[in-house]
Amino acid sequence: MINKIVNSVAEALAGVKDGSTVLIGGFGSVGQPDELIEGLIEQGATDLTCVANNAGTGHVGLARLMELGRVRKIICSFPRSAGSVVFEELYREGKIELEIVPQGTMAERMRAAGAGIPAFYTATSTGTLLAKGKEEREFNGRKYVMEHALKADVALIEGWEADRWGNITYNQSGRNFNPVMAMAADITIAQVQHIRELGELSPEMIATPGIYVKRVVRVDRGAPWA
Amino acid sequence: MQPFSRAQMAAKAAADIPEGWVVNLGIGIPTLIADHVPLEREVIFQSENGVLGMGPAPEKGREDPWLINAGKQMVTLRPGGSFCHHADSFAMIRGGHIDLCVLGGFEVAENGDLANWATSENDTAPAVGGAMDLGVGAKQLWVVMEHTTKDGRPKIVERCGYPLTAPGNVRRVYTNLAVLDIEPGLGFVVRDIAPGISLEELQAKSAAKLHTRS
Repeated sequence: MINKIVNSVAEALAGVKDGSTVLIGGFGSVGQPDELIEGLIEQGATDLTCVANNAGTGHVGLARLMELGRVRKIICSFPRSAGSVVFEELYREGKIELEIVPQGTMAERMRAAGAGIPAFYTATSTGTLLAKGKEEREFNGRKYVMEHALKADVALIEGWEADRWGNITYNQSGRNFNPVMAMAADITIAQVQHIRELGELSPEMIATPGIYVKRVVRVDRGAPWA
Repeated sequence: MQPFSRAQMAAKAAADIPEGWVVNLGIGIPTLIADHVPLEREVIFQSENGVLGMGPAPEKGREDPWLINAGKQMVTLRPGGSFCHHADSFAMIRGGHIDLCVLGGFEVAENGDLANWATSENDTAPAVGGAMDLGVGAKQLWVVMEHTTKDGRPKIVERCGYPLTAPGNVRRVYTNLAVLDIEPGLGFVVRDIAPGISLEELQAKSAAKLHTRS
């Protein structure tokens, strides 16, 4: 019998290695796997490259992981959100590397990784600082920049419901980066609020099919914080 | 001189959006535009975090923390609305399916260049978000911004001094002093001007030639 459901956050995060690239889902706090991030802090892996839309806020979650010196590099589109105090300080002191990626390019780089596409061309960032050093090519008279797929060791995602095969549904705008991150990692770990019997989830509602998911843990996260 | 208020700038842009368009609104003044489009005029608002068909702000007591826009404000979904993941959302944007994007700006140049994400090449950690995707992907790009900086420097320029967000795609600018079209090969053309401001005064507050329609 296939059963991807594990009993604790610690079990879900077992084996994350030092030096891993870790994708972290969510847009703001919506769809953000808070308990898994806390679990990663407990788990102890270090020298991480983290990929998330924002560079963490306050002194919790991703910001706490950075504050503890466990993040070597962050790849994100919007590092300077309100309350990203930890990142700003580490960055100013040269203690963390930053790769800024346009949000759509970030999503597409992960989708490409999940789909076996090593690189692709996009018009986004042509003629800007973010195109510096990247291969440019013209198609049908328009300039494009080559971007590489972004593959990861681990993805931490938040879903709404899951079954033991790892099929996942999402709650409204909680979907955001989670399905593309689920595709792009060797080990995708999902926290969800509801476990359903196999067959109970409508096949039409499953937004991340279980093929992309290795482990599922149920947590009572409640609603996203503002 | 009676400059347009932020609400008036938003209302002016809103009045120019025809029914049926799919529109993405940036953070700041552009977000206000949605409040000025009546529900009967069916304009479909897209938010890059995977929401298509956003409705008005929720009534008090009916907010849903699972439903937010790109500015992380709680919103509603209209009948006909849908959700998708980030790569699909940006496929809508980058694939040319969005009719109009309205962004804020630091500078707009007469060749349609937009600078709105970093204030110098040495900016420590500028936040780009989805601006570069929207800047090249939307069929039309409009900008809503103040005509000058707080210390009076023109934001309407011949060439952007700040790092570019997207080259050559801005078609219209709504400021607190005027509405300007950008005509390729010509530059800024005055479309509307705030009450009590002469063309000469407007030109003096701009660092690029303003044309008028004859």
